[in-house]
Amino acid sequence: MVRTILIAIGIPLLAYGFGVSFMMFKRKIAARIQRRYGPTFIQPLIDTFKLLSKQENISHGIMYDLGPILALAASMTVIFFIPIPGMKLMTGSADLIALLYIMVIGSLVMALGAGESANPNSTIGIARALTLMLGYDLPFVIVVITLVMKYHTTDLYKIMQMQTGGHWAMWLLPLSAIVGFIVTYGALGEHPFDVAVAPHEIATGPMAEYGGKHLGLLMINHAFHIYIELALFVDLFMGGASNLFYFYAKMFVIFVIYVFFDEVLPRFRVDDAVRFYWRWPTILALLGLIIVLVR
Amino acid sequence: MDKMTEEQYRAISNMLRKRSLWMLHYCTGCGAMELPPTMTSRYDMERFGIVPYVTPRQADILLVTGYVNVKTLKRIITVYEQMLDPKYVIGFGSCAINGGIYYDSYSVINRLDAYIPVDVYIAGCMPRPEAIITMFKHLMNLIDSGKADGYKRYKQNYEFYKNNQRKVLG
Repeated sequence: MVRTILIAIGIPLLAYGFGVSFMMFKRKIAARIQRRYGPTFIQPLIDTFKLLSKQENISHGIMYDLGPILALAASMTVIFFIPIPGMKLMTGSADLIALLYIMVIGSLVMALGAGESANPNSTIGIARALTLMLGYDLPFVIVVITLVMKYHTTDLYKIMQMQTGGHWAMWLLPLSAIVGFIVTYGALGEHPFDVAVAPHEIATGPMAEYGGKHLGLLMINHAFHIYIELALFVDLFMGGASNLFYFYAKMFVIFVIYVFFDEVLPRFRVDDAVRFYWRWPTILALLGLIIVLVR
Repeated sequence: MDKMTEEQYRAISNMLRKRSLWMLHYCTGCGAMELPPTMTSRYDMERFGIVPYVTPRQADILLVTGYVNVKTLKRIITVYEQMLDPKYVIGFGSCAINGGIYYDSYSVINRLDAYIPVDVYIAGCMPRPEAIITMFKHLMNLIDSGKADGYKRYKQNYEFYKNNQRKVLG
């Protein structure tokens, strides 16, 4: 009982710590790439505190207020489905398929919340976010099918365990791993796939009408989101890890590669992004699937 | 919360708040020309946690960069009232102080302070990035000591500001 409560509190805190540390590193690395000194290391924490301490007197309706909270709740649910080293969390049967469904909830709830603010920028941002999701979900589903065919299980923890000892899916299924990398990249919403949150076009899209405490919650949610996407990639393709330190190190390597790409690439148009996803990653994912089926 | 902890909370929150100022990316006049060099590599405003943000709901600082004509004033007031407390206004350049070279124009207001409360003024036409950074440091000191209370003054003297606005906007 005590252990369950400790896990229920500890895992989200751990996920937040990981996610926030990545946000910190991102701003610092980006600054160094642009030859700047960059902000204080704990800047994202200060920003979150400031946002949560702002006075707020605006509401656009119930769903507007509930949006960030429900998005946070959805993220936390997903976190409990992703296994971390040495701990089997809420892993039932076929949790990989359940995960595919649950991961969508956050975006949909944000769509409801931002939609009620009736800001045209928010509406365009939501449309773009959902369209992009349609783009990267197709190759991702094919990749998941490939993994299930390869390991004959839909249990994420078993998939992770079968890769221990250097038998990473990254080496065995390189094509699927490349697709998984690109899909994770799109899900993180970095350049060139930041069509939904394009500050210079549509004023941060879904967040256009959110400020103060709502935005603070969304910033916490963003930290969770980074953790979810990176942890899922590490679990699926890099064999999880034997302890938390290696887990963090693997996520960090992937994240630094993302930041390097993010800093040098411009932004896709939303139709170009979807066209890109439905062309190259889908072809590569199908090739990977065929190779697994034939062998 | 008793009085002592409330004081401490306010001190700590002011200390953190001054390190995270998001400014509204809304350029009303030519003074905004000096902001890009302040943001980018050479002067690097992000060192102090000052980042440009795009919507009034997310922002803390409103920079009124340059002369304010009557048409712009209407937008500035709308934007200012959309921002969430605590919020700070900066009168940027000579024009925001006394009208600058447009002091006798029929369509330009001379004193910005009569229409919305201004926390910090910065003189010059135009102010250089060094001056802008000095001004931001000054604003951070004001926030830390709790003297940057423009948003409170706006609420207390609401009738005064509204009357002045009505005189110009009709």
